Amino acid sequence: MRSVYLDNNATTPVDPRVLEAMLPYFRENFGNAASRNHRFGWIAEEAVDKAREQVARVINANSKEIIWTSGSTEGNNTAILGVARMYADKGKHIITCKIEHKAVIDPCKFLESEGYEVTWLDPDDKGRVTVDQVREAMRDDTILVSLMFANNEIGTIHPIAEIGALCKERDVIFHTDATQAFGKVPIDVEAMGIDLLSMSAHKIYGPKGVGALYVRRKKPRVRLQPIIHGGGHERGMRSGTLNVPGIVGCGAAAETAMKEMPTENVRIGGLRDRLWAGLSEHLTDIHRNGDPQHCLPNTLNVSFLYVEGESLMMGFGDIAVSSGSACTSASLEPSYVLKGLGMGDDIAHSSIRFSLGRFTTKEDIDYTIEQAVKTVNHLREMSPLYEMAQQGIDLSKVEWQRH
Amino acid sequence: MAYSDKIVDHFQHPRNVGSMDANLNNVGTGIVGAPECGDVMKLQIKVDDEDRIVDAKFKTFGCGSAIASSSLATEWVKGRTLDEALELKNTDIVTELALPPVKIHCSVLAEDAVRAAIADVKKKKEQAAPAVAS
Repeated sequence: MRSVYLDNNATTPVDPRVLEAMLPYFRENFGNAASRNHRFGWIAEEAVDKAREQVARVINANSKEIIWTSGSTEGNNTAILGVARMYADKGKHIITCKIEHKAVIDPCKFLESEGYEVTWLDPDDKGRVTVDQVREAMRDDTILVSLMFANNEIGTIHPIAEIGALCKERDVIFHTDATQAFGKVPIDVEAMGIDLLSMSAHKIYGPKGVGALYVRRKKPRVRLQPIIHGGGHERGMRSGTLNVPGIVGCGAAAETAMKEMPTENVRIGGLRDRLWAGLSEHLTDIHRNGDPQHCLPNTLNVSFLYVEGESLMMGFGDIAVSSGSACTSASLEPSYVLKGLGMGDDIAHSSIRFSLGRFTTKEDIDYTIEQAVKTVNHLREMSPLYEMAQQGIDLSKVEWQRH
Repeated sequence: MAYSDKIVDHFQHPRNVGSMDANLNNVGTGIVGAPECGDVMKLQIKVDDEDRIVDAKFKTFGCGSAIASSSLATEWVKGRTLDEALELKNTDIVTELALPPVKIHCSVLAEDAVRAAIADVKKKKEQAAPAVAS
């Protein structure tokens, strides 16, 4: 059986070039980047500084504005909790969106339990919020807007530059979780008015367990109360001995992603379009979720009506994708992101996310189309919903026996 | 989580997929579950004059375990009388298919579908009985 990996929004394999850059920093150059008085430390520090430069360049930042983290969950927590606590005397109101990643939703909920107020914006049916929605939600005591650059499940990209400009005008700090967008679409923290930005190395062919948080130093100088206290590393915002090999990998991954972005986006976007065209040519009753106009080039989220997501994945065999049906996890709830678009639970249960990547080939896509068509037809043959729909029964009017 | 070989086999080669005419007096239909819950099972049985199940069909919208549970249920009820079929327990399906705890609800649904189909055909027979007597 052919193996195809189309779950690159979950994680990516380490690029061989990245691995090669990392290897010397496990043994030969094992020094602590904070050791200021010997060569081992200097070599490590030099490598870390180079990586800082590589990450900063991707988003048009200064290398001094990059704080190393263990990944985006830590970056998001550091940014949101750090701003909330540092600026609590200025206000206790935060604006975010219902379809953010849990690593943003949960710190915001935690702050609610501490007496902060959070406005949870509703996205439109394609997953976008408008700058007007953010403007209307703003209050005198608003201290932070946190909105993801691109959504992990549907790939939709928010109007980041417009929202950033509004935040500048209203003197509100703007954080963006750019986990899925960093290195995949052009980002410019200056032009887009971004004050804080989180990224993870493992989404861009770097190692797991390392990432970066961009923290603006000028206009305004953003200050954060740290959540990890200790030796005062990373300008006091994130203590802890630096993971030098991981950081070197993060830098190399960032540089490679930036260099290849123009050609890769065309290639991967072309494959994504080929996948959608192939599916729509051979199957009826399928929907594309998200916003085709404002979307990551690698992400395609599709609802295959009348068949359930987990059974689809089972039929796909060794094609790795992700389902909007949470039958896959312990909870039986379907994806809150798809529900957040106003989609019914029944359709959310029928959704599959295909996320392509650097190592996806045309053959992978053609094989996936073939398998998907075969599986959907097999499952529709045994689907009572498909049968009812064919008979002209309106499924929304049926009285179901919920269990 | 890997699927047991039996689940995969029922998923790839489901037994007794199909539909029977629900209007027939000797056909019982049970439809349980809801699309928004992620599973709907339709299970039908056909009985002879001695209340023995001579045929069974299913259609299921749901995960692989739900499909396998209903496929297995149709195999098991065939040849049984209605009363014997009522003895079918979801735990037997759990054991046979090696369902993990998170999938036990699939077996419950299959048992419910069998019971609903039996209830449906019994009701039809009761309603038809006076007509036969007169």
